[in-house]
Amino acid sequence: MKSTKDIAALLDEPACEHNKKEKSGCAKPKPGASAGGCAFDGAQIALLPIADVAHIVHGPIACAGSSWDNRGTRSSGADLYRIGMTTDLTEQDIVMGRSEKRLFHAIKQAIDSYHPPAVFIYNTCVPALVGDDINAVCKSAQERWGVPVVPIDSAGFYGTKNLGNRIAGDAMVNHVIGTRDPDPLPLTVQRAEIIIHDVNLIGEYNIAGEFWHVLPLLDELGLRVLCTLSGDARFREVQTMHKAEVNMMVCSKAMVNVARKLQQQYGTPWFEGSYYGITDTSQALRDFAKALNDEDLTERTEALILREETRIRKELEPWKARLKGKRVLLFTGGVKSWSVISALQDLGMVVVATGTKKSTEEDKARIRELMGEDTVMIDDGSPRALLKIVHDYKADILIAGGRNMYTALKAKVPFLDINQEREFGYEGYQGMLELVRQLALTIESPVWEAVRAPAPWKIKTSSFVNGESEIVNTADLSRTKPSPEGEGWVRGNQNKEKSLFESPHPNLIMPDSPVRPPAGECKSAPDGFVPEGEGAPTLNSAVLNIDGGGE
Amino acid sequence: MADILKRNKALSVNPLKASQPIGGSLATLGFNRAMPMLHGSQGCTAFAKVFFVRHFREPIPLQSTAMDQGSSVMGADENVVEGIRTIAEKSRPALITILTTGLAETQGADVHRNVREFREANPEFADVAVVAVNTPDFTGSVETGFAATLTEIIRALVPDAKEAGTYPGKRKRQVNVLVNYMLTPGDIEALRDIFEQFQLRAVFVPDISDSLDGCLTDEDFSPVTIGGTLISEMATLGDALATVVIGPSLAKAAELLEQKTGVPTYAIDHLYGLKANDALISALVEISGNDVPERIERQRAQLQDAMLDTHFMLGQLRIAIAADADLLNAFVDQVQEMGAEVVAAVTSCNVSLLARIPVASIKIGDLEDMELIGKANKVQLVIGNSHAVDTAERLGTPILRAGFPLYDIIGGYQKTWIGYRGSRQTLFDLANLVINFSHEEIPVYRSIYGQKPASELTETCSNNGQTCH
Repeated sequence: MKSTKDIAALLDEPACEHNKKEKSGCAKPKPGASAGGCAFDGAQIALLPIADVAHIVHGPIACAGSSWDNRGTRSSGADLYRIGMTTDLTEQDIVMGRSEKRLFHAIKQAIDSYHPPAVFIYNTCVPALVGDDINAVCKSAQERWGVPVVPIDSAGFYGTKNLGNRIAGDAMVNHVIGTRDPDPLPLTVQRAEIIIHDVNLIGEYNIAGEFWHVLPLLDELGLRVLCTLSGDARFREVQTMHKAEVNMMVCSKAMVNVARKLQQQYGTPWFEGSYYGITDTSQALRDFAKALNDEDLTERTEALILREETRIRKELEPWKARLKGKRVLLFTGGVKSWSVISALQDLGMVVVATGTKKSTEEDKARIRELMGEDTVMIDDGSPRALLKIVHDYKADILIAGGRNMYTALKAKVPFLDINQEREFGYEGYQGMLELVRQLALTIESPVWEAVRAPAPWKIKTSSFVNGESEIVNTADLSRTKPSPEGEGWVRGNQNKEKSLFESPHPNLIMPDSPVRPPAGECKSAPDGFVPEGEGAPTLNSAVLNIDGGGE
Repeated sequence: MADILKRNKALSVNPLKASQPIGGSLATLGFNRAMPMLHGSQGCTAFAKVFFVRHFREPIPLQSTAMDQGSSVMGADENVVEGIRTIAEKSRPALITILTTGLAETQGADVHRNVREFREANPEFADVAVVAVNTPDFTGSVETGFAATLTEIIRALVPDAKEAGTYPGKRKRQVNVLVNYMLTPGDIEALRDIFEQFQLRAVFVPDISDSLDGCLTDEDFSPVTIGGTLISEMATLGDALATVVIGPSLAKAAELLEQKTGVPTYAIDHLYGLKANDALISALVEISGNDVPERIERQRAQLQDAMLDTHFMLGQLRIAIAADADLLNAFVDQVQEMGAEVVAAVTSCNVSLLARIPVASIKIGDLEDMELIGKANKVQLVIGNSHAVDTAERLGTPILRAGFPLYDIIGGYQKTWIGYRGSRQTLFDLANLVINFSHEEIPVYRSIYGQKPASELTETCSNNGQTCH
C-alpha cells in the first residue's frame, strides 16, 4: 500500500500553476453525495490504450468485471488490451493470504497464453488493504519469466481519478521510459531536404481513432511521434519516450508529472496544447516548430496550416450557416473547456456558460480571454444545477461528458458527448467536420419537438368549428398543481392505476410510521375510482376487511 | 446431474462475472423512490453506475460512502452513517440500501450496526427505510447479490403476519411475484399482462419494469428511482393469495416471505420455453380458479407451431452458453426442448442449482473458458452477454445476446424473453441467426469433363482465390 507520504508527493505537482493553493486531490469526498471514479479507474484509463500489453487487474471481480472493454480508444494493430484480465480474488484468497501467490501465477498464465511484451499489474483496494507487496511480486515474476512486469499501485481509496492518472504516469517514468532507445530511422522514410524530429504526445488517447486525423500532418511535417501516451501506443514505444526532442501535453494536465519528470531527468522541453478546433490545431503545430527551433520546419508548418485551414473553412461554410448563433452550455473538465470554446467560436456559435470545476487559474484566464469578463463559469456540476443553467440561459445544446447524457435527454435537451467514451473523433482539422455534423444532427433533430409537445388528447380544444381551435395546454397547467409526495407518489403508472384489480392501499405508510392517514385519503387511488368487472365484488370485500381489521 | 468443473487457473480472462454489489443495486432499483449506496471507495460506485448506464441507457441513482485512505485504514463507520443522513436529507427516499463491497468487508465493516446507530441517532428519518446487505464482490455474483438484497429487504420491510394482522387471501386477487435478476422490464410487463388475464393483481418485488423501462417523464430530473415496487406495498404481501417466485436463486427470499406471512409459495425456475410456461399457467389456474384464457391458449399453439418451424435449424445445433446459473438453466431447458445440444456451459460461480442442470458438465469460469471448450466441441452458436461478442467472432459463430451487460445493442434491456410469446420470439431469433450465418457448405466441384463456359471457370477461380485444376 502506498503511504500517505507517497500520495502527498503525487499530489504535489510543481508544474501546475495552482499548486500553491489547496490541493484539489485532498478535498475529502462526501459520503452519500459524491460522484466520480477512483485512483484505479484513473490509472487504468491512462494506460489501457497501450495495446500490446497484458493489463492484469489484481483484485476481486468488481474492479475489472464492471470496467473491462469499456473505452472508445482504438488501436491500429495489437488488440491484447481488449482482453480483460483479473485475478478475480475470492474470499479464500483473502482470508488465507493467497492473493500474492495467485497474482504470481496469473502473470505466468498471461505470459504463457498471450506472449505480451510486458505485463502491467494494477493494484486495487482489497490487496492494498491486506498488504500484498505487488512490487515484490512483479519483481520476482519479471526475474523468473523474463518479461517486464510493471506494478501500478493504484488502490481506489488512495484518491481520485486524477491521482490515478498521475500514479500511472509515475509508473511509466519509473519502470518503462528509458529502457530502450528508438529504432534508427529507416532509409525509406528519410527525406534529403528536411530534418526529422522525434516528439512525444502525452495525454493523447486516440478516442474513436481521432488522432489519425492529426498524425498524417505530423508525418508530413517530418515529426516522428516516438510515442503517444497512451493512445494506440505499444510497450516498445513507451520505452523510448526519453529520446524525444520535445513533448506535447495534449488537452489535459492529468499526466503533467510525466512531462515534468522527463524534463527533469532528460531535459526534454514540453508545451501544452490541444487538437480541438482549427485555431488550436494550428497553434499546436506552430508550437512544435517553435520548440524545435527549426526555421525550415516553421516555414513548412505555416504552408501546411494555410492549406489545411483554407480547405476546411471552405468545407465548413455550409454548416456554419446552420449552427451560427446557436447557444451552447459547455460542461467539461479542465483544459478541454477553452480548447472546445475556440472550436465552437470558430463555427460562430455562442458559448453561454462553461464548466471550470477542474480548470486551473490559467485555464480560467484563457476562458475569460476568449469569452469576455462576464462569462458564466460553473463549478456545481450536479444535474439539477446544469439543467437550471440550460433553462436560464436558453441554451440550445449541452456539451458534456457521457455521464451527463441521460440528464440532458431526460430533460429533453439536445446533447453532445465530449468525453472519452464517445464514438466520434473530433480532433484536427478533419475532426471539425465530424463535430459540426454531430452538432447539427442533434440540434436540428425533429425529435425534440415530438418529445416536448403534450399528447394531442391533453390539449383541450374548445371547438372544431371552421377548423379553428383554442388550445389550452393542460399539461402545463397540471404542472402548477402541487405534486403528490411521499409514499403514494407514483408516476402515471398505467398498470397500477388503471388495473381493474387495483385496490386502494390502506397501508400506504409503513406500519411503524407515526403518521397514518385515514383510510380513503389514499393518494395513489384515483378519486371516485369505482372498480368494475368481475374482480369488483371480491375487491370490495377485501377493502372492507382491511378497514375493519386495520384500525 | 452436471459435473461441476471448478476454477483451475490463476487468471480470469475476459470475465463473465458481474459483482454482487451490481446485483444488490439492481434489486434496489426495482423499488420506488429508492437509492442504493455502495459501501466502498468511489470507484466501486462509479464502475457500477457506468455498467448500468451502458445497459439500460438511463440515468441511474447510485451513491457511495466514498472511503478514502484514512477511513479504509482507521474505520469507516462514520462514512456509512453520514452517507445515509446525507441521502435522507437531500432526497428523502423511501428506501436506502447499504451494499458492502470487497473493500468494506475486508476492512471488517459492520453495516448492520451502523444502520442501528443511524436509527437511534436520527429519529427524524424514521420514514426512510434503510436496509443493509453484505454483498462483497470477492464471493458470489450479480445473481447472489440480487437475491441477498431482496431477502434482506423482505426481512426488513415485510411485517410478520401475527404482528400486522395480515393473513393469506385477505386480498383475494393479489399475487406476490418475486422475480430474479434475469427478468427484463419487458419480461415483467408481459408477465403482468398474463396475470391480469387471470384477473389477478400481480405485485412484483422488485419491479424494474416500472423504474428502468426507459420511460420519459414530465420530471426533468430525479435523484432517486421513479417508479418500482412501492415500499408501502411490502406491508400488503402478507394479505396475498399466493406468492409466485421465479428463479431458483430466490429460494431463500421466498422461504423467508412464506415464513413471515404464511402465504403459500409457487416456485418456478424460469419462463423460457413450452414446459416452463406450462408450469406457470397451471399455477395460475390453480391460484385464480379461472380457466386458461383463450388468448393464452392461442399463444401456446403459436409457440408449438414455431417449435415445428424452427426445429430444422435448432435440432442438433451445438450451442455454448455463458450465463449466471438461473439464466443458464433457463436457456439449457429451452434449447434442449428444441433438440439442440449444449456443448459448452460456463457460469460465474458455484450455486446449488448447477448440480441439477441437465448437461454433462458446467465450467465455473470466464469467457476464455467458453471459447476453449466451445472450440474443442465445434460450437455453432453462442449465447452470452455483449462481452461474448468478440469471443463468438473468434469462434466464427453467431451470438444471441442475453444477460448482463448488453451495451452494444439498443433496447436489449427491454427484450421480452418470457411467456409463450417471448419464447416463440427467442426461437425465431435463434433460427434466424443460424440460417443467416454462412455455414459449412458443400464445396463446389467441377467435373474435369465439364462444358461450362471458360469465362465462368476463370471468374470463379479468381474470386475464390482457389487454384484451378
